Amino acid sequence: SDPILIKGGKIVNDDQSFYADVYVEDGLIKQMGEKLAVPGGTRTIDAHGQLVVPGGIDAHTRLQAPAAGISSADGVFQGTKAALAGGTTMIIDHVCPEAGSSLLAAYEQWRSGADGQACCDYGLSVDIPRWHESLREELEALVKDKGVNSFLVFMAYKDKLQCTDSQMYEIFCTIRDLGAIAQVHAENGDIIEEEQKRLLELGITGPEGHVLSRPEEVEAEAVFRAITIARQANCPLYVTKVMSRGAADVLAQAKRKGTVVYGEPITASLGTDGSHYWSKNWAKAAAFVTSPPISPDPSTPDHLSTLLSSGDLQVTGSAHCTFSTAQKAVGKDNFTLIPEGTNGIEERMSIVWEKCVVPGKMDENDFVAVTSTNAAKIFNCYPRKGRVAVGSDADLVLWNPKATKIISAKTHNLNVEYNIFEGTECHGVPTVVISQGRVVLEDGNLCVTQGSGRFIPRKTFPDFVYKRIKARNRLAEVHGVPRGMYDGPVHEVPASVKAVAPGAAPRMAPCAGKAAAPPVRNLHQSGFSLSGSQADDHIARRTAQKIMAPPGGRSNITSLS
Amino acid sequence: MADRKRNWNKEDDLPVYLARPGTTAQTPRQKYGGMFASNKTIDFDAYSVGKKGSRTPRSGSRHDMLDGGDNYSETASDISEISGSVISSPGDREDKTPGVEIKYPMGKELLQGQDNGQSDRLLIKGGRIINDDHSFYADLYLEDGLIKQIGENLIVPGGVKTIEANGRMVIPGGIDVNTYLQKPYQGMTAVDDFYQGTKAALAGGTTMIIDHVLPEPGSSLLTSFEKWHEAADTKSCCDYALHVDITSWYDGIREELEVLVQDKGVNSFQVYMAYKDLYQMSDSQLYEAFTFLKSLGAVILVHAENGDLIAQEQKRILEMGITGPEGHALSRPEELEAEAVFRAITIASRINCPVYITKVMSKSAADIIALARKRGPLVFGEPITASLGTDGTHYWSKNWAKAAAFVTSPPLSPDPTTPDHLNSLLACGDLQVTGSGHCPYSTAQKAIGKDNFTMIPEGVNGIEERMTVVWDKAVATGKMDESQFVAVTSTNAAKIFNLYPRKGRIAVGSDADVVIWDPDKVKTITAKSHKSAIEYNIFEGMECHGAPLVVISQGKIVFEDGNLHVNKGMGRFIPRKPFPEYLYQRIKIRNKVGGLQGVSRGMYDGPVYEIPATPKYATPAPSTKSSPAKNQPPPIRNLHQSNFSLSGAQIDDNNPRRTGHRIVAPPGGRSNITSLG
Repeated sequence: SDPILIKGGKIVNDDQSFYADVYVEDGLIKQMGEKLAVPGGTRTIDAHGQLVVPGGIDAHTRLQAPAAGISSADGVFQGTKAALAGGTTMIIDHVCPEAGSSLLAAYEQWRSGADGQACCDYGLSVDIPRWHESLREELEALVKDKGVNSFLVFMAYKDKLQCTDSQMYEIFCTIRDLGAIAQVHAENGDIIEEEQKRLLELGITGPEGHVLSRPEEVEAEAVFRAITIARQANCPLYVTKVMSRGAADVLAQAKRKGTVVYGEPITASLGTDGSHYWSKNWAKAAAFVTSPPISPDPSTPDHLSTLLSSGDLQVTGSAHCTFSTAQKAVGKDNFTLIPEGTNGIEERMSIVWEKCVVPGKMDENDFVAVTSTNAAKIFNCYPRKGRVAVGSDADLVLWNPKATKIISAKTHNLNVEYNIFEGTECHGVPTVVISQGRVVLEDGNLCVTQGSGRFIPRKTFPDFVYKRIKARNRLAEVHGVPRGMYDGPVHEVPASVKAVAPGAAPRMAPCAGKAAAPPVRNLHQSGFSLSGSQADDHIARRTAQKIMAPPGGRSNITSLS
Repeated sequence: MADRKRNWNKEDDLPVYLARPGTTAQTPRQKYGGMFASNKTIDFDAYSVGKKGSRTPRSGSRHDMLDGGDNYSETASDISEISGSVISSPGDREDKTPGVEIKYPMGKELLQGQDNGQSDRLLIKGGRIINDDHSFYADLYLEDGLIKQIGENLIVPGGVKTIEANGRMVIPGGIDVNTYLQKPYQGMTAVDDFYQGTKAALAGGTTMIIDHVLPEPGSSLLTSFEKWHEAADTKSCCDYALHVDITSWYDGIREELEVLVQDKGVNSFQVYMAYKDLYQMSDSQLYEAFTFLKSLGAVILVHAENGDLIAQEQKRILEMGITGPEGHALSRPEELEAEAVFRAITIASRINCPVYITKVMSKSAADIIALARKRGPLVFGEPITASLGTDGTHYWSKNWAKAAAFVTSPPLSPDPTTPDHLNSLLACGDLQVTGSGHCPYSTAQKAIGKDNFTMIPEGVNGIEERMTVVWDKAVATGKMDESQFVAVTSTNAAKIFNLYPRKGRIAVGSDADVVIWDPDKVKTITAKSHKSAIEYNIFEGMECHGAPLVVISQGKIVFEDGNLHVNKGMGRFIPRKPFPEYLYQRIKIRNKVGGLQGVSRGMYDGPVYEIPATPKYATPAPSTKSSPAKNQPPPIRNLHQSNFSLSGAQIDDNNPRRTGHRIVAPPGGRSNITSLG
């Protein structure tokens, strides 16, 4: 591609802004400064009065719905095109394997789907639909060889994707050992299922049932639980799709308590609210269906953008996953069947600007941080992405804070008939977008090449996240109390009782080996065999050891004072 | 209270012997006058109650004290085997606090003697009656196990045994809402059975307990209830009621619950979020259980800890080679308690049912409750004696037996500021009730887990110490007043569990469960003198201000001067009705206003996407892969799946229907309800 010189723009990084020219060649930023010596034939773009920001990173998209069933209305090509049109030059798409199928196979499928289609760089994050021990090796392979460093677990979608707390703990421990990021879809699937049942019984079948069955406290509860589990496992946690006040507040509090946790509000939760679920127009109402749902509380976008500005939430995604009205209509008689997902990939940057920068909640540097830099740091592609610096990828956006644009389905670059931000006026739009050193958007014209997007492998142990985790790991060691052996009397447990339920406490629980061997995989048991002591190793020993009056008298460690 | 008393002591210019309140012993009538004017006493005997005259019970009693108590000794020794002639005089006379004295009617009333000196009729004179709302000076007349009259100058029949309260506080007997006096563990039960345990309760000023029926998983609730009922009936010395713990959610449990609520007088049930693979219920089960219990009007008790994570942590800690009691605390960090509390509240608030968290042991759990209450859900929290009185640092004790004695779940928080915090929340009303979780095991029993902390039977003492600990930590420190003390030790529990105003209040018609409380008495808690059968008291050495002087249960004096007069089996089962107003009034209104309504729309008649036929189970959303029915059925009980069959709509009822409905281009064109824009 031709070398490009961007002249006269104000460079905005997450830490500072300054005026400089930028010289781009071979897809990289080669020089920055004033009065750059550039070779002939260099194309010059005048950026006076505009901001030069690092291209946006959309940390959450689902452009390829599962192979079976309904595929998303916007494929990878259409989706990445829309991304570029909105100033996003990299996406992290989610691989969603069929439950029980191989993660690696699904990964390969996504790669092959994206490689020929994507017109911007992309990374992949892999969802873990159902946990079993053998996935451990797959995770390791994905992390070591495939450039994936983030995995998502579901706390919702009961009986389909949902993980139990034990599984989450095991997954988190594995992820921590691998140096990856644990992402979580946080909603309490058990409660949702019961609520769905109840609402359908009440005869509520429209899209409003979706939000009624997934109230925000159910989201907050799951966020709280995920944080608790992550703390126990000392694993960094990334909560995708923060949709409600409650959930965001829980995150903010946890952060205050020192948990390594990141929250990702999405375009939809920042830009609109859930009152539309009650729209008389079924198609419109259905277009908003996503999970967790957009909060019906109209003050939510404001609250989330405040937390985003204050640093309590760090990253913005879009969770872009669109379905046409006809596809949504699969659930016209039952809201639980409506395919879930909203648009947002194209609108993300503009919405964040409009909701956060225009009202003065954040400055342009913060804007860069939440739309690009933080994501690059967390997902370990910094400073290659997320920064305007010499040596970084030439993914640049010329942002015009004075231009305005009205979002509408008529003008968006998507296939869906309905845009959930319809009619929103945004101040601040990308005028020129440069991806891999090529101008892809100029004067409102998109000029993309199908398949030009590269897969960006991401390394493990991102410093931004893991420095703290490593330090805590070292500190977290616990030690027992060195005591003499207890040699006092021991109550003799009648042998017969052993077979009966053990009694009061989780006595038998820890000894995995002792439960009746389950022919199916028991999700509640880990496959760890306990080396060393088992919970009832002692039962045999104990009877032998029973010393009511030890020969040397009772030692004083057992004496009661 | 103490202050106030001191004040009036000064104001009224009481004799020297009243000038030093706050010392231990009840008092003394002494050489320089004694406490009771004998003529007065005799007047009493001859029934002349009314003469106290204008107000001031204390001046009356002071007057009464003016003469030697010799008469009394005689009287008392005549009638009963109570040690000491006057209950209130434990011997030495050097302490100058006015004590409580019990006067027995002379001669002719000796017919009461066969009752161990415990008359059915009792007059408490000159006490300050404390209810949860206010306090006042009045006399109290008890008969037939009920409070018959309150006021001054009561007209009471002759031959009434009289207690001179001398301005002491008269409070409703405590209600201990959480005891496990017959908790089975590996074929053994806790060392304090209903007899031993209720004796201890009475000695501490608690006149009613609510014990937990803990059925073995899989066994019938009703059978277990009957077992507990029988054991308690024969052994209990104080009134009792029973909670039933739901240890598994099985077919037919609904009918049993209904029977328990309708016919058996049980209105509270506990569910467990911990004890994985044993008692633990999944969120779905909790939802079902809560829904059903709400329809019965029951109180839902929750043992809140995340059992899944505990199991993982236990495994990890055992693998690290930590086998001592400190492993118990390490494997159950307070976050796991807080998490479960949060979850329980979330589920309950979805269902709009009240939820009661038993054993609030940590700051974070208590804070979650406090926060939730501010948002509106009906949540109640019960700290226990142990969490209010001590902390979990003892798990690290070098003395295994001592460390093991503290093992209970959720564990005591190792954070030493916890008791203070919990007391503050209790004082401000964010926590409402105090229990004891009393379930002590002997050291030998605890030693079953000497090589593995997960085997240590769980439970601490606290039934006897509860009232005293709350007084010492909350009232004596100025966090709460006496009325709040009554509320958290008795009244709130009575309201929540629908015993009010029969219990939990001093009012005409209430049960005569009354405690005369001495705020100044200082008592050192020690295993040497406690009533429990265990060797170790977790509050060992704690010096507590405030203790009961006289405890009256069912109108009978059961404890005075350190002596218990109880009979096995004298406690009655107190049935409790469902739908306690204290909880359900609000629930009912919320039910009415909280109704959900759908949006009335025209039918959607636009195009409908056709799902390819082959992947039948690939469901619409990107997220839903396989239909629920397709999961391999686990032969072991899957705690996360309910075994309810769903009547009514199922999620995939519509699957077959859908293909039939497909109208890609409806004949009449698209109606405008689907038009976009």
